[in-house]
Amino acid sequence: MLLNALRKLGGVLYRLLSVFIFLAVWELAARFQVVNPVFLPPFSEVAATLWKLIRTGVLLDHLLISLQRSLLGFGLGLAFAIPLGLLIGWYRGFERFIDPLIQTFRNLSVLSLLPVFVIFFGIGETSKVAVIFWGVLWAVLLNTIAGVKNIDLSLIKAARSMGISNYGLFTQVILPGALPTIFTGVRLSATSSILVLIAAEMLGANSGLGYALYFYQSNIKYPEMYAIIIVLAVIGVAVNYSLAAFEKRTFRYREELPETGSV
Amino acid sequence: MTVGEAKIIVKDVNRRYRIKQRSKEGGEPFLALQDVSFTVNAGEFLTIVGPSGCGKSTMLDLIAGLAVPTSGKLYLDGRPIEKPALDRGFVMQGYALFPWRTVRANVEFGLQIKKVPRKERREIAERYLRLVNLTGFADRYPYELSGGMKQRVAIARALACDPEVLLMDEPFAALDAQTRETLQDELLRIWEETKKTIVFVTHSIDEAVALADRIVVMTSGPGRVREIVEVPLPRPRRVANIKATPDFMRIRYRVWELLQGEVQEAREVGRLHAELPEEAKERPGEALSPIAAG
Repeated sequence: MLLNALRKLGGVLYRLLSVFIFLAVWELAARFQVVNPVFLPPFSEVAATLWKLIRTGVLLDHLLISLQRSLLGFGLGLAFAIPLGLLIGWYRGFERFIDPLIQTFRNLSVLSLLPVFVIFFGIGETSKVAVIFWGVLWAVLLNTIAGVKNIDLSLIKAARSMGISNYGLFTQVILPGALPTIFTGVRLSATSSILVLIAAEMLGANSGLGYALYFYQSNIKYPEMYAIIIVLAVIGVAVNYSLAAFEKRTFRYREELPETGSV
Repeated sequence: MTVGEAKIIVKDVNRRYRIKQRSKEGGEPFLALQDVSFTVNAGEFLTIVGPSGCGKSTMLDLIAGLAVPTSGKLYLDGRPIEKPALDRGFVMQGYALFPWRTVRANVEFGLQIKKVPRKERREIAERYLRLVNLTGFADRYPYELSGGMKQRVAIARALACDPEVLLMDEPFAALDAQTRETLQDELLRIWEETKKTIVFVTHSIDEAVALADRIVVMTSGPGRVREIVEVPLPRPRRVANIKATPDFMRIRYRVWELLQGEVQEAREVGRLHAELPEEAKERPGEALSPIAAG
């Protein structure tokens, strides 16, 4: 039992080893002035600054406003993209009609549209939310379409053979069948939407993590700048891991190989 | 319901498909079924056997109401078949279980459509899982089951709504030989217990003979009924035992001959065609018809 726990702990430590080495190299490179410590302060100093930002509540303020923008844009994006994707995926003719437009828009960088959003919505909250909305929209839309299109036709046939109504077919077969693929789109766009938000906040905002990042950089407060970058990295990892864990738990039936021995 | 009454009547059914235009000569309609007529008696085990492309699966889709004939009529209990309903259960080769539903929830699917209350649904599911020997697997997901078990679930799901007719489209084709034989025996047992009418499509002559009361032998291009063969083998049967009897061999050979004859005939038509003068080849119908020739 104890041996097992130790082995497990060893496994976790091994998984984190590369990160520790990276931080150590960072610390030493700054301490021994391999790089200019003004541009890259040692990790310990950045960590202390980060703690200060947490303690004073400065970080929390920026974090909350960024999260609020993210969630709002994200929610709106999903509310729009999923129903539309289900519709497009189901009506093949409509898909052929709309697909070129979708392909064009999805390959258009969100940031290139930022000036347009600023014209329409100003530099307030709306333009930030709009950027997130746009960033989330296409990945989720395309995954939803793919999810509907790739549903096993024999499942539809089985349901139809039982005389299911169109509404029933949609709620009992199409939606649950497409859900795993839809969720993959959600997970992929979640991390990218945070990246997009940071860029948007850097370009025009007076609050939020992106704004803080830009503010500290232009005021030569480099330890604070690095502290924000660390926070962003942690958020990215946390969001991705928790969504992946949720995905694995919710859609465990997708696993190809049985966990328990089958007869 | 007495055995022997006509349950399903298939009358002069034609089914034409328009093939999608791939090559230049494409776009021509393809005749999947031509003038197909047969009757399935109540409580009968009828198998349909034929080579791939003979339209036997199409036939089953028509009875299920999943497709409509180009011409001709189908009746169930004297009423025309128009759309799918729970009076016919459908079992497919690929199991078609909903992967996000547990075994129990899969079996309950049709009952949910029927709006059977939850408690009752559970009891019925339990009963049919017992019938297919899957008690204790109710909370598993399909991915945790072997192919044979999945097909048992599919059978339980089809039976749970208590259909009068069970339509089976090559249900055991993807299983290994041993599992297949076990399931054949179980299907015979279930059939005898439940007194359902079964229409069973297969491309295996052995399977068709071992299970059936009568066999509809179909031939391809276009799909037609070649002959309907009676199978007067004793019941109840065990597949392994019945296969060793001389009667089984005789019927099996007869069906084989019928299917083989189709190939033979196609060759003969080809030879005849080759001997015709050039101009007649372009209008073979006219050349063969004395009226047109005159």
